[in-house]
This record gives sequence, structure tokens and C-alpha cells, in this order.
Amino acid sequence: MVNVKTIILDVLKPHQPDGLVFATAVAEQTPGCRVSLSVLEVDEKTESISLRVEGDNISYEAIAAAITGMGATVHSIDEVEAVNVKASSEPG
Amino acid sequence: MLYKLPALLGIMRSRGIARRYFVVNGFDGALTMLGLITGFQLSQSVDLVVVINACLGVAIALGMSGVSSAYISESAEKRKELRELEQAMITDLGESDYGQATRWLPFVIALVNGLAPFLIAVLIIIPLWLGHWSVALPIAPLAASQLMALVTVFLIGVFLGRVSGTMWIWAGLRTLAVAAATMLLIALLSPRI
Repeated sequence: MVNVKTIILDVLKPHQPDGLVFATAVAEQTPGCRVSLSVLEVDEKTESISLRVEGDNISYEAIAAAITGMGATVHSIDEVEAVNVKASSEPG
Repeated sequence: MLYKLPALLGIMRSRGIARRYFVVNGFDGALTMLGLITGFQLSQSVDLVVVINACLGVAIALGMSGVSSAYISESAEKRKELRELEQAMITDLGESDYGQATRWLPFVIALVNGLAPFLIAVLIIIPLWLGHWSVALPIAPLAASQLMALVTVFLIGVFLGRVSGTMWIWAGLRTLAVAAATMLLIALLSPRI
């Protein structure tokens, strides 16, 4: 079974909701995850951010849905860390 | 939708707008009622039913005017904001929180704008109803309604004082001074019977 452990996304978002609300809403999608948000560029109505999500098994779909729900768009997936977890029942 | 309301108000920065509408139109309602009741007071021996009907008519008209005008202007403003944001984001935001806010917030703001003057006006004319239903009041129904209007105007000032972080008593007295000036003007300009 392959689990996604880390995703770094390049996101374009409106100024509202602010970074705190935005990161919190993304973190709500995956229990036990860690989200960090860095603002890369600020324009008149939008800002580009880098969003780093770390967790045991991240659902990209859930995160992307939360992002688009807040009026933002994912520009690119810049980094991914996926781990093939050996199931306990599988032979060594 | 209700649980999302604070977030929607936040992303469209509409809390301040709703509060402003509440104060402006609430003050409008209170002062209009004060003026109307003062006018009736000066006219002397007007039937209480006539006063109640006139005040209720004005309260309903203020409410309807508040709802319709705010809805028309706010929905146009919110649509413009959404269109500009969509152009900046180069995407359709219709299904996002912004799209929902654009559809729902004009209703909410219109309700605040319409209900504020209506409810305040109804509150002010309660003593008139009580008088009409022969409930014993310590003062005459018209004077009681005037007093209620003055208290309401003072409380709106206190609310503004708390919002702006200034001393509440001064803010209340300032709005009360406007009400007193209104009553004075009505008394000076009304033809004597």
C-alpha cells in the first residue's frame, strides 16, 4: 500500500480567507497532519503561496477540494513524498 | 448555510457593512418614529389608532425600503467583486465560498438593513399599542413612545461608541443630541393649532 507522506503545492489564492484560516482548513482534511504555508508573492487581489502538507496518509483530493472551496487554485504539485508501506500480513 | 455565515461574512469583509447598515437604518427608523410621534404630540387630540396606523405604515415602508434597496445594491456590488476576483484568479469561483457568499450575503445584509429600522420602529410604538389596549402606563402613550425612541437612539450611540472604542456615554449623548435637535426643529417649524 502506498501512502503519500508529503505534498508541496504551488497555490494561487485570494487575500481572503487569510493564511491562518486557509492553513487551518487544509489541516482539517487530514487528521494528524502538519501544514505549513509560505507566501511567495502578493498581488492586488491574489497571493501565491507554497503549501506544505505532511502526514501519514495524505488525500490529495480532499486537500484540493478544500483549496478550491476557498476560491483558490492549485497551480502545480511541486514535491511529493510517497512511501510503499509494507502491510503487516505480507510475508517479509 | 447558517454555520458558514461567519466565514462568508469574513471572506467578503461584510461584517462592517452589515454593522454600518444596522446602525444607519436603525437610527433612521428611531429618528423617523421620534419625528412622527412628536408631530402627533404637537397636533394634540389625535386618535391613538390613527397614530398607530401611521407609525406602523412608516415602519413597514422603512423595512421594505431597507430590504429592497440593500439587496439591489449589495447583489450588484458582490457580483462585481466576484467578477473582478475571477478575472484575477483566471477561474470560475461560482462553486467556491466566494460564489456562495455572492449569492447569500446580499440577502443577509438586506435583512439586517430592513429589519433594523422595522424592529426599532415596532419597539418604539409598543407603548402606543399598550395604550390602545388600555394597559395602564405611568405616562401618556405618546410621551412613553417618545421616551422609548430617545432611549433607543441613546443605545444606538452606545453601540457605536463600543464599536469605535470611544467612551460609550459620550457616544450615546451625541446621538441623543441629534434626537433633541430633531424634536426642537419639529417644535419650531410645526404650525400652531
